[in-house]
Amino acid sequence: MAVTEVVEKEKTSQETILEVRNLKKYYPIKGGILRRTIGHIKAVDGVSFSVYRGETLGIVGESGSGKSTLGRTILRLEKPTEGQVVFEDKDLTNMRNRELRPIRKDMQIVFQDPYGSLNATMNVQQLLEEPLIVQTNLSKKERQELVDEMLEKVGLRPQDRMKYPHEFSGGQRQRIGIARALILHPKFVVCDEPVSALDVSIQAQVLNLMSDLQDDLHLTYLFISHDLSVVKHFSDRVAVMYLGHIVEIGDKKDIYNNPLHPYTQALLSSVPTVEKGKKREKIVLKGDLPSPANPPSGCPFRTRCPLAHEKCAQVLPELKEKGKDHFVACHLHN
Amino acid sequence: MQSQTQLPVNPEPNIEKTSTQEERGISPFRLAFRRFLKNKAAVVSVFVLFLIILSCILAPLLTDHDPIQYDLTKIEQGPSSEHPLGTDSSGRDNFSRLLYGGRISIIIGFSAMLFTLVIGVTLGAIAGYYGGKVDNIIMRITDVFMILPFLVLVLVIVAILEKVTVGIFVTVIALTSWPSLTRIVRGTFLSLREREFVLGAKAIGCSDFRIIFRHFIPNAIGPIVVNATLMVASYIVAESGLSFLGFGVPQPTPTWGNMLSEALNIRIMQYHPEAWIPPGLMILLTVLCINFIGDGLRDAFDPKSNKR
Repeated sequence: MAVTEVVEKEKTSQETILEVRNLKKYYPIKGGILRRTIGHIKAVDGVSFSVYRGETLGIVGESGSGKSTLGRTILRLEKPTEGQVVFEDKDLTNMRNRELRPIRKDMQIVFQDPYGSLNATMNVQQLLEEPLIVQTNLSKKERQELVDEMLEKVGLRPQDRMKYPHEFSGGQRQRIGIARALILHPKFVVCDEPVSALDVSIQAQVLNLMSDLQDDLHLTYLFISHDLSVVKHFSDRVAVMYLGHIVEIGDKKDIYNNPLHPYTQALLSSVPTVEKGKKREKIVLKGDLPSPANPPSGCPFRTRCPLAHEKCAQVLPELKEKGKDHFVACHLHN
Repeated sequence: MQSQTQLPVNPEPNIEKTSTQEERGISPFRLAFRRFLKNKAAVVSVFVLFLIILSCILAPLLTDHDPIQYDLTKIEQGPSSEHPLGTDSSGRDNFSRLLYGGRISIIIGFSAMLFTLVIGVTLGAIAGYYGGKVDNIIMRITDVFMILPFLVLVLVIVAILEKVTVGIFVTVIALTSWPSLTRIVRGTFLSLREREFVLGAKAIGCSDFRIIFRHFIPNAIGPIVVNATLMVASYIVAESGLSFLGFGVPQPTPTWGNMLSEALNIRIMQYHPEAWIPPGLMILLTVLCINFIGDGLRDAFDPKSNKR
């Protein structure tokens, strides 16, 4: 335990690799005969946080809470509507694609779907070589060495190099996807639900692989997942998203042992526990996630919050620090 | 991450390090080719079409007669050992015209297809890849070209120009028929745009050019190839129909359609079926084969489409 604490203290003092400031991503809704914009889907609605070098920040939230959009907007695969993304002191927000290209070497993404995220017409060799061709001036021989090295790192047989994605299992494909993302030795990787499409037994393998590679290559992960236990296992810090907002962010220990936001509490209470005598009261939320096209006024969670009061409908709560590095956006804690 | 405990799993359970020999993968194209080979109608069609094309290419070896050289002393003769299919109303050898005419008809079909492919794929790719305003502009232009009636345009061009060459004919066909291919390519590209592997290519920093050529086109090749094949068949029919009506490539250039227009003469129609049945059969056979091949390709590229 003592060792663990030292390590974690070290982490919090580390420098910021990525800073997101008031990031918004709205998708227009077109309607009418003239296809005019008649509203917006507010997928990400004013999110701010920092990621420290070498850590894993977990992002949890239910489907439709804007987790994936957040990840993609950070990587500028989607253009943000508002706000800033600063990666290693460079503001990516208004960069043109040409300016972004060299930076993409340092930031990569691992996708959820191991079937849809690999081009089916390219074999493993071509898939892994492509990032090197695009981003470096290495010779064919040097590229080959890196491909072989990466294949070995992710545990794929080098003699399968000429095979195509459809000839592999889901777990193997995800390894190919990871190899492709990491072959450029990026500094920051967005993992967009990398294991949720896999069998539970394969999930553990892939997670262990990712954590070994993190140590090996000194990676920083933004780990997006709806699986609370996976995030608990994998992350150093955790951010909880609800309807495009971050409602609580803090150290993994604080979030899991001392959740402050009613939504976090409800989420955690839904995780089944096997520990004896540690039965938590289950908080069942009423209704569904409201439409991000027409979010509730004030606090986004107020329509389902068991503790909502008058102020919640009027004012959007801001993230306030409660305890060290533990922020929560709730009027109950002001 | 050091704080994390490892889950107790065997790190490399699926990996058998038995053989070290490199194994060849089966690409999706090879899979499609295998499925194609299982389609008997398509394989037979490939063979028949190959024979037709081969005999047209080898026309100089198969006949000694010049298809254009007329001989007014031998008008409308019946089949003989010298003229297996007789001669036409200008005394030209029908067999020779059949083979050389096949050349022109097939060349028109294929070159019009290639021309359409270049315009259609380029514009469709740009519209589907960039979307938004670019897409809107290209699709409106497409709409304008779509309402251009092929037949009327051909009639006007034939009326203006005194001599319609194969090149002009091909251009007219391509200019009036690219819109449908553009729409197909655009639609395919639009659906590919949402796929994760395309986002992945962007995340790696691929240029637009590379994404279009390495990621989009290989994945859209199925619909493109199938439609291109079927286009050849429809162009051969279009050429024959127009030539039959006298609006195609003008005489004396031999084409199958031109040979059929001979049958507009009641005498030939009645007494010389050997002059017009063979070109009719050739058109039928060629178009049928191409359509079977097209269907076979469609099933090969998209095996789910044929499950009934």
